[in-house]
Amino acid sequence: MMELLAQFMQYRFLQYTLLACLLASIGCGMVGSYIVVKRLSLMSGSIAHAVFSGMGIAYFTGASPLLGAMLSALVLAVVIGFISTHWRHQDDVLLSALWSAGMAVGIIFMAKTPSYNVDLFSYLFGNILLIRGQDLLLMLGLNVIIVLIISCGYQQLLGTVFDEEFARLRGINTELAHYGLLILIALTVVLLIRIVGLILVICLLSVPAASAALFADSLKRMMLLACVFCLLATWLGLLASIPLDWPASATMVLLACSGYFLALLWMRFARASGPGR
Amino acid sequence: MTAPVIDVAGVSFSRGGLTILQDVSLQVGAGEFIGVIGPNAGGKTTLLRLLLGLLQADQGRISLFGRPPAQGVRDVAYVPQHPGFDRNFPISVAEVVKLGAVNSRYAGDPRAVPETLRSLGLEALARRRINTLSGGQLQRLLIARCLVSRPRLLLLDEPTANVDVGAEESLFSLLTERMKDMTIVLVSHDISFISSYVSRVACLNRTLVCHDTENITSTLIKELYQEPIKYIRHEHRT
Repeated sequence: MMELLAQFMQYRFLQYTLLACLLASIGCGMVGSYIVVKRLSLMSGSIAHAVFSGMGIAYFTGASPLLGAMLSALVLAVVIGFISTHWRHQDDVLLSALWSAGMAVGIIFMAKTPSYNVDLFSYLFGNILLIRGQDLLLMLGLNVIIVLIISCGYQQLLGTVFDEEFARLRGINTELAHYGLLILIALTVVLLIRIVGLILVICLLSVPAASAALFADSLKRMMLLACVFCLLATWLGLLASIPLDWPASATMVLLACSGYFLALLWMRFARASGPGR
Repeated sequence: MTAPVIDVAGVSFSRGGLTILQDVSLQVGAGEFIGVIGPNAGGKTTLLRLLLGLLQADQGRISLFGRPPAQGVRDVAYVPQHPGFDRNFPISVAEVVKLGAVNSRYAGDPRAVPETLRSLGLEALARRRINTLSGGQLQRLLIARCLVSRPRLLLLDEPTANVDVGAEESLFSLLTERMKDMTIVLVSHDISFISSYVSRVACLNRTLVCHDTENITSTLIKELYQEPIKYIRHEHRT
């Protein structure tokens, strides 16, 4: 253990990875809580996977893949916002179609890119050990935007996710809040891509927050707890992945999911055996 | 003369080829407590949703405080029959009431929420998560969420459907206490209960018949609807 700690102190890239996990956990816990209480997992999954189209196009044109991811995530947030407000009856199938069509576009552009770049796999499955200083700055910037949006529109967002019709009658622009939520999800997807990759993003977006929902009695506490759970999953996953020689992203995801199942079981056991509950 | 709180003139509404409301007219003045009764699927909830601007009438005109529903709705509070939220949502009683004050004069008033909670006997539950409340407590919370913004018009849709008799009693005595400065429209299928509180009864079954356009005493209504059999036979033909 001490040896491991010494390694972390010694290598800058390991410090970077720990910092990256911390930054990812802030946005992830806050936005993930909205995803869980409003049941936006499918929409989040669509954004996360269809972002591959933007990355494929970016590779093809020689632009930065993260820039491609960012732009496509924002466009997707608006498209999905439109689908879910205007075609509510077919949104299930439409979101699934968007999910795979986005990936298909990415695959085609990848295939047509002359010099195939292996680095793309780090965006699909994450490669936290490749984190650089500029990635950390980008993550910090994304977090600042996410925290600003949530703190400025807290009541509006809470009203919308809690009881949309009532919020609308109270003069809250629920449609704007809905688009706002999807843009928050888009920003968080980009925030997490470097850590776990776009295939596994959906786990960190929903599982730590779902675990937090079991224990929290307000949305704010749920967000705080979700940030802590996300941090635990990423840090412990990273630590465990080194001696196990497993991919860090997969270890983090398995840890988060096992934690959730244990919490579920524990809650059920505690409820069942608790006096008069 | 100020405009009536509610002015519905010749409103018709149909959905899927089925006429739900036909040529409905109703005027409600400030401070009135009116009961709307009628059989299930008689259009009671539809009328409320038209008033709120959540539905648009096919024909006729609706105004609230002399304005279109979309503009008048800020001064209206609505307690739906089924709450539109998930009872497992991680939110406390006080936070729910605070959401009711959004965009009102009381949005930034730190006393608004505690005062409303106290007036409904919920102050001890302020920090409780809503999934720990009983049916009656939840009902009072729904009312508290509406009263915190001090609306001029309160629309209640079957507010006593899920609570016991004791909770019903306290709810209505509270509403009549508050009635002085508020107009209330109460939708119910339970005529025996409504009659002892309201000043006027409107019967709605596709068409609307008001039993008295003048304010009449509650005892008179009681006489009109004393026997349960009268309620069962209650219908209007056009």
